[in-house]
Amino acid sequence: MAADLKFAKTHEWIRPEAGGLATVGISAYAVEALTDLVFMQLPAVGKRVKAGESIGEIESVKAVSDLYAPVSGEIVEVNVPLTGSLETLGKDPYGAGWIVRLRPDDPAEMTGLLDQAAYDAMVKSQSH
Amino acid sequence: MVDFAGWSMPVQYGSIIEEHLATRSAAGMFDVSHMGRLDVGGPGALDWLESLLTRCVSDIDVGRCRYTLVTTDDGGVTILDDALVGRVPDAADGSPRMTLVVNASNRGRVVSWLRGRLPAAGVALADRTAATAMIAVQGPAALEVVTGLCGADDAARITGLGTYRSTSASVAGVPTAVSRTGYTGEDGVELVVPEADAVTVWEAILAAGGPRGLRPCGLGARDTLRLEAGMPLYGHELTANADPFALGLGLAVNLESPQGVARPFPGAAALRRMRDTPGGRVRVGLAGTSKRAAREAAAVLRPGDGRPVGVVSSGSFSPSLGHAVAMAMVDRDVAASGTALEVAVRDAREAVRVAPLPFYRRQAPRK
Repeated sequence: MAADLKFAKTHEWIRPEAGGLATVGISAYAVEALTDLVFMQLPAVGKRVKAGESIGEIESVKAVSDLYAPVSGEIVEVNVPLTGSLETLGKDPYGAGWIVRLRPDDPAEMTGLLDQAAYDAMVKSQSH
Repeated sequence: MVDFAGWSMPVQYGSIIEEHLATRSAAGMFDVSHMGRLDVGGPGALDWLESLLTRCVSDIDVGRCRYTLVTTDDGGVTILDDALVGRVPDAADGSPRMTLVVNASNRGRVVSWLRGRLPAAGVALADRTAATAMIAVQGPAALEVVTGLCGADDAARITGLGTYRSTSASVAGVPTAVSRTGYTGEDGVELVVPEADAVTVWEAILAAGGPRGLRPCGLGARDTLRLEAGMPLYGHELTANADPFALGLGLAVNLESPQGVARPFPGAAALRRMRDTPGGRVRVGLAGTSKRAAREAAAVLRPGDGRPVGVVSSGSFSPSLGHAVAMAMVDRDVAASGTALEVAVRDAREAVRVAPLPFYRRQAPRK
């Protein structure tokens, strides 16, 4: 269980970092469910996003899915090398598979997200 | 699992890419029981189908099948489906027996349309879909796996089958209709078995094929394989009001008999006009440079001014080629192979080139 991770219902995770920043990725469950990832589009650094807004897309052989901002803020860094090695998402979704860093407008917005136990329970209730 | 025309079917068993590549390098096994299987028999069966299908039927030899369209005449022509029509050994009374394999999504309307045209006597139509199961085994190792489950005589006969030929055999002890057909661009067979024996045959093939690299494959790999093979799919390339000649499917339309006599099947007049006055958009392949695929309904654009010149009918990442591919209907003046075009993918434009179909052609010579 990762105590510092919070999850959006749309399967993104977010982790607070030093300096008022936060790192965002997608959950191991989401990577597993998507399978066969072939393409990822990242947002531009400096882009301002609102919680729930698309910050990019991830494409598998069968479909294209949006990546959503779990909280509002400004994109300060994107993981460019990841777009060339999407298998990293499967190998290390909470580490090297990070997708963007952003500066949340209101760090308190993260408290409204799911913790690992609540997220795991949601995933379990959705899969059958 | 997804609902597909009322059938609960797997999109994938694991990874679509791995299933796809296994079919290209070894073998893939597909449960295609959703495909509609119809039997047509009786002394009038040949003449009746000859009067209804776009493809000549009366000269089909026993053990052969042909790709055909099923059309209706509504003042023009409406394509109800594409299908395989085959002839199997005659019944005990000497009357011919024919089979039709139709798409799951069209089975209901094709069956009711056929029933509405049955003569008072001499032709019997039976929908055998629920009573049977259909398993496609495709790929370079497919024949070896299936014939390994047969006696020596059956194995030799299956190995010797030409493309679009069929026979009957005992596979894993189960009476099986075997045809050298498929929807992947690979060599292989499609097997029709009694419904009650389907699991026996499936598991026997899986056990025999697993060590040779055979994998069960879902609808996802079936779609990427047929796309690479340039094969049309009803509802995507082939639609109710499509021009089969513009699609490159003129071979499925025999407007004349082998003797040169006009065949009066439903919609023949409208199809003759399409053949004799070509116009409109034609089907082409589009090869992308990136992995980002244009999906169905994406606009095809002329570079520079962005003028719409076509529409994508199917598109995906191609596991064999490593980049995006698509089939599209485009204006004739941009249809030449090598023409640089663009496709609209969400908010971006991706560069593509018109490419000859199929995208993939198997290398190994046929045994």
